[in-house]
Amino acid sequence: MNTKLLTVAPSPHVHQAQSVQKIMFGVIIAMLPVLLVSVYVFGISALYVSMVAVASCIIFEYAIQKYLLKQVPDVSDGSGIITGLLLAFNVPSNLPWYIVVIGSLVAIGIGKMSFGGLGGNPFNPALVGRVFMLISFPVQMTSWPIANNGFWNIDGTTGATILGLMKEGTQNGQSVQVLMKDSPSYTDMLLGFQAGSIGEISAIAILLGLVYMLYKKIITWHTPISMLTAVAFFGGLLWMFDPRSFPDPVFHLLSGGVMLGAVFMATDYVTSPVTYKGQLLFGAGIGLITILIRCFGSYPEGVSFAILIMNAFVPLIDKHIKPHRFGANSSPSYTKSTGK
Amino acid sequence: MNSLFHHLKTFTQGGVHPEEQKLSAHAPTAILPLPKMVSIPISQHIGKPAVPVVERGDTVKVGQVIAKIEGYVSANIHASVSGKVGKIDDVIDSSGYKRTAINIRVKGDDWLKTIDRSDDLIKDCALEPEEIITKIQEAGIVGQGGAAFPAHVKLKVPDGKKVDYLIVNGVECEPYLTADHRLMLEKPEEILVGASILMKALQVEKAIIGIEANKADAIDILREKSVGYKGISIEELEVKYPQGGEKQLIKALLNREVPPGSLPADVGAVVHNVGTIFSVYQAIQKQKPLIERVVTVTGKAVANPSNFWVRIGTPVNTLIDAAGGLPENTGKIISGGPMMGKALNNSQVPIAKATSGILLIPKQEAERGKVYSCLRCGKCVEACPMGLEPFQMMLLAKKGELEEAERQNIMDCIECGSCSFECPSNRPILDYMRLGKTLIKKEKQAKKADV
Repeated sequence: MNTKLLTVAPSPHVHQAQSVQKIMFGVIIAMLPVLLVSVYVFGISALYVSMVAVASCIIFEYAIQKYLLKQVPDVSDGSGIITGLLLAFNVPSNLPWYIVVIGSLVAIGIGKMSFGGLGGNPFNPALVGRVFMLISFPVQMTSWPIANNGFWNIDGTTGATILGLMKEGTQNGQSVQVLMKDSPSYTDMLLGFQAGSIGEISAIAILLGLVYMLYKKIITWHTPISMLTAVAFFGGLLWMFDPRSFPDPVFHLLSGGVMLGAVFMATDYVTSPVTYKGQLLFGAGIGLITILIRCFGSYPEGVSFAILIMNAFVPLIDKHIKPHRFGANSSPSYTKSTGK
Repeated sequence: MNSLFHHLKTFTQGGVHPEEQKLSAHAPTAILPLPKMVSIPISQHIGKPAVPVVERGDTVKVGQVIAKIEGYVSANIHASVSGKVGKIDDVIDSSGYKRTAINIRVKGDDWLKTIDRSDDLIKDCALEPEEIITKIQEAGIVGQGGAAFPAHVKLKVPDGKKVDYLIVNGVECEPYLTADHRLMLEKPEEILVGASILMKALQVEKAIIGIEANKADAIDILREKSVGYKGISIEELEVKYPQGGEKQLIKALLNREVPPGSLPADVGAVVHNVGTIFSVYQAIQKQKPLIERVVTVTGKAVANPSNFWVRIGTPVNTLIDAAGGLPENTGKIISGGPMMGKALNNSQVPIAKATSGILLIPKQEAERGKVYSCLRCGKCVEACPMGLEPFQMMLLAKKGELEEAERQNIMDCIECGSCSFECPSNRPILDYMRLGKTLIKKEKQAKKADV
């Protein structure tokens, strides 16, 4: 019996089927419906921007590993693809290609690789890239192509998002009720017929992705549901207080990047808390800050900033919210509680 | 059961669901033919090694003491075969280290006359608690679930502590293994008598036998037979690993949490494995020491996944041959289950008192996957039944920050392996936690020595 080639290693000797690649691939599958709706609504340009972002992210990651970090380059974990797609999901479909490339460089170079690569970054890389572009190219980043302007149309007519109109209008003293006349119907917002970033327009498509990721056990419900509940709760509170100045909670949920943020951005493993309790707090914080920025800040939309701000709180949350230590609260007088 | 959806009892925190793979569940326990040679280690238990009392050339009978208990936390070792004592020599045991063992060349099957070898069930036991414990100690009985802790030590409840439950561990939550399952099916009454004897020894009124729901036949037969035994109930448990961990089982059955650093007796429970209970029955009612046990031989490529009655000291390859031989693509031979078992480096390793199974893992499953960075996904935190944050512990142990690791309760770790099992980045989390624990223990011992 030749047993010379036996592997000797400590237990456990079995492993569950999930791997980093399978998780990343699962997230990419979950993002496809969102991309498809966007291509349908905005035309081929949505796909073009996405491809540019994905390609740049992978190339930058590879190059930085090879030439700056002098590592054996390895982008096989698939996280670069997700960063690229998420970056594209956060920009208008008519954004010039070179801005997309610059955004990708910031996302990967500063957002991710400067912290040592996958797993080390405190902030969501795609959002770091997005916020950089928003501040550096405010005009291009906020001129939104209008929906259904023709499939092959790249330099189409642009308009404002309903959130932009709402912010401008309420700041000029107009009432929400009057402004809502310009809003797409809630059905259109649910389906995706509204102006906005590539990945944020269709709540249905995003929720489809959420269901898929929950089913595949890639994420749990804690972060997204807590964030959406907080948006509805705090938005609803303001609306009940003054419906003339503040839109209703459904509007908050369906407009802008709330859905995209809750399902695909805030759930990023690396930049969110590790415990369920921590995730609930994290999600609630994002929801609250989003509403504060939307209703009282100068930007019409606040999801990106809210997530980045809460990203910064993650180490603090993880430091203070710990899982229950087995046996820690066990009292020696156990027999009393068992009815003896 | 007053609700339509009856929830099975279980521990509440953490846990994982590895594939069950109970391939040998329907294979009745067969008697393994005697090997030519056995090699019986003198340290098959936690505590001090036993001291050999035979010499090379001695003739021994089955059941005869060949190494005597040394101190209190130790156990007698008996000849599992009859024949001539050969070399008393170092052999590699399942730990991978060389340990002293007594080799016996098998000749015939000559048992001590005092041992009752019949299958007749003897129910009544007139012994006093003290006498029971002494007899168990003499029989060399150790925990057969894997930890191999001397049984008599567990039965001596420290002064000032009150135990009100005996818990019989029939969970067998390790995938693949079926030794306890078969024993419960084939020797249910012996287990019930054994449990009654231990209840007497512990002076408790109540005993619960906990069994995972995937062994419905064992649950049924024990429930049926337990009617005639006072104070013993059978509890069906959710199939979840590590349901059979001592602390998890107490939590599941009694909803009591053993505080960190404490013993089950601190929350009023004493836990024994069904195999141990069966050995207690044999020791008390049949005068038979622990010289054989049920061992599962299994694996996806094994021709006939089997359960055998095996004499202690039988080399592993004898069992493998009896189950159809070593499959061509075997990459790992594991003593025990896939979650906590030990990988052997050769197939001559002797079966010990706590060896519950031999698992052959094919090459393609034997190697670990490529390691990626920690994604902070939290799956290890979710899986940890002790409420630890394994991903943190691994980093702390790796960096040698032992004080911080200890502050974060690394010593609570029961080494169940749920964290490493779940990690999508294939990180060797438990390896490093073990390293951290070992270093901390060493440091403490060094400090003690200084004082």
